[in-house]
Amino acid sequence: MNDKEKAEQAPVSAEAAPVKKKKTQSPGVLALQKVVNDVYQAARDAKKEGKLVGWSSSKFPCEIAETFDLNVVYPENQAAGIAAHHDDTRLCTIAENEGYDADICSYARINLAYAMGNETTNEGRRMPMPDFVLCCNNICNCMTKWYENIARIHNIPLIMVDIPYSNYPEVDDDFVAYVRGQFDIAIKQLEELTGKKFDEEKFKRVCGYANRTANAWLKVCDYLQYKPSPMSGFDLFNHMADVVTARGKKETAEAFELLASELEENLKTGKSTLPFPEQHRIMMEGIPPWPHLRELFKPLKEHGLNVTAVVYAPAFAFRFNDVEGMARSYAVAPNSVCLEKGVDWRSQLCKDNKVDGALVHYNRACKAWSGYMPEMQRRWQNELGIPVVGYDGDQADSRNFNAAQYETRVQALVEAMEEADRKKESGK
Amino acid sequence: MNTLYTMGIDIGSTASKCVILKDGKEIVSKSLVSVGAGTSGPSRAIAEVLENGGLKREDMAFVLATGYGRNSLEIADKQMSELSCHAHGAHFLFPNVHTVIDIGGQDAKVLHVGDDGNLVNFVMNDKCAAGTGRFLDVMARVLEVDVGDLAGLGAKSQVQVEISSTCTVFAESEVISQLAKGTDRCDIIDGIHRSVAGRVGGLARRVGVQPDVVMTGGVARNCGVLHALEKELNTEIQTSPLAQYNGALGAALFAFEKCR
Ligand code: SF4
Repeated sequence: MNDKEKAEQAPVSAEAAPVKKKKTQSPGVLALQKVVNDVYQAARDAKKEGKLVGWSSSKFPCEIAETFDLNVVYPENQAAGIAAHHDDTRLCTIAENEGYDADICSYARINLAYAMGNETTNEGRRMPMPDFVLCCNNICNCMTKWYENIARIHNIPLIMVDIPYSNYPEVDDDFVAYVRGQFDIAIKQLEELTGKKFDEEKFKRVCGYANRTANAWLKVCDYLQYKPSPMSGFDLFNHMADVVTARGKKETAEAFELLASELEENLKTGKSTLPFPEQHRIMMEGIPPWPHLRELFKPLKEHGLNVTAVVYAPAFAFRFNDVEGMARSYAVAPNSVCLEKGVDWRSQLCKDNKVDGALVHYNRACKAWSGYMPEMQRRWQNELGIPVVGYDGDQADSRNFNAAQYETRVQALVEAMEEADRKKESGK
Repeated sequence: MNTLYTMGIDIGSTASKCVILKDGKEIVSKSLVSVGAGTSGPSRAIAEVLENGGLKREDMAFVLATGYGRNSLEIADKQMSELSCHAHGAHFLFPNVHTVIDIGGQDAKVLHVGDDGNLVNFVMNDKCAAGTGRFLDVMARVLEVDVGDLAGLGAKSQVQVEISSTCTVFAESEVISQLAKGTDRCDIIDGIHRSVAGRVGGLARRVGVQPDVVMTGGVARNCGVLHALEKELNTEIQTSPLAQYNGALGAALFAFEKCR
């Protein structure tokens, strides 16, 4: 049986997809959902028409592919979708049976299993097989080997841009020059692949949309600074898909602008997308364990916690106008910056978004992120003086999470925050 | 004023404990059953604590549950995390406590307690069994000794032996190879105690160790681990015969506060 046949015979995820309660979504949210669904649909259509389709790491500049009119899909986003649909364990296990160690990032395992021809039960996130891959390791080095493997499985070109970890808070010109040189080569490679010239004018237009998206996205994120907030920070986890897969599209910019106007309206009318009253505000550190969103949300709802700071959300706002600016911008990603800068980001975000506590995901999948977190956490916690609780999990491998442990920690966090409130009150 | 009885129930992973307090001050009854969440332990512990005190459920002004199995108890009026309860319980037993090191069956936690006995901050072990009661259980089984005898045997150690793996499975094979080499069991046990202390000491440093330091939870009865932790953290550590009841005691205290 070949891999494709195996995929067809694979049991449709034993744990069925969560039964979705029909919730009426706002036009902004619907527009955002459409943008992402269209990205996947466009790639499937392109493949049928015999056009090239690429797979790209989430922080490879989508502006380049967009300029070439290439259809690109994003394995990290797909893996998150697969995990949220509870098809993660099956695909992780397939990858492990093929020899990929269980310690490898679960996004990588899911996608490598997929690349080997194992279809997912999440129909909306099905991707055509790639004709080329775009990889930028500004988030981690697991990415490099992962994409090399996809390129080998399919015997296709790998367009690779190396952006090393930066030990310094500022990106210096040599660093930018090193990255810039590689972008120039990547553009050349794509010219050869597509047989098209890189259209500078079009690139500028795309950058314009990407900047518009970034501005609107940041504006949306900033609504979390209001107390109480007109939105649930948990929403950002859903909207992330748009900034990951479609930053450079006009429709994305428009959808975020629409969402921002809805939030503005909420602010005026005192409404919120948070389905319960906001009693406490917390920061959520790390990519959430997607298979367990419901378990994750449950105690937050019980205790009235709104997630008003999400570290990895604003990190997707890239703004620039030329290739040089692009190199500078993409040189800074959550996992590629030094400890000091990471601490500053978090402290500032927590202050701006007025959080009373924080929940840190020690994510087994992402060593790059979780590895330096204990020290980072120690520093920003000292600076902010708020209670912080860590929990163990995995963004896309449901086997590495325990709901009871998580609930206890959230409850203890709430008790510590309430205690801090009481102290503040009595100190007044 | 009428006497106010409150009950605290701590359903852990390996034991169920109950305490009844009179007027938030005096422990009038306690019970411990050595099986925890999901077993008959909780209901047996509740029946026992009422019987020991000559009391009925109706006599309880408030019942507060804590621990891993806290949410599955219908009898409870409220649930709280074991972290806050441990902080409160330790403060009752040791009014000057600022750090609580609690090692239970499947987790280890270190709490920073405020002057008033409230939880300020804490860290817990990750999902790994290293540094927990379970680690000691596994080692005791390999060494063919009762877990209750570990402390006494470890105290007889003459030669320092290192058990360096923190992973329970790795440490188990390290112990087996030490046994195969003919290393004295007492020395191995002492090494195991230091290994637990090293692991938990690391957690403690993350919250910051401020005196007085108190150790609670089932493992506190093992003075070998306690002394090893004292050395590891270079500080005196107190404990109490009531250490295992600490969570339930804290719950009973919170229960008293709730109905005041
Ligand atoms: S989750 Fe972490 S390890 Fe996995 S691809 Fe992303 S950055 Fe790399």
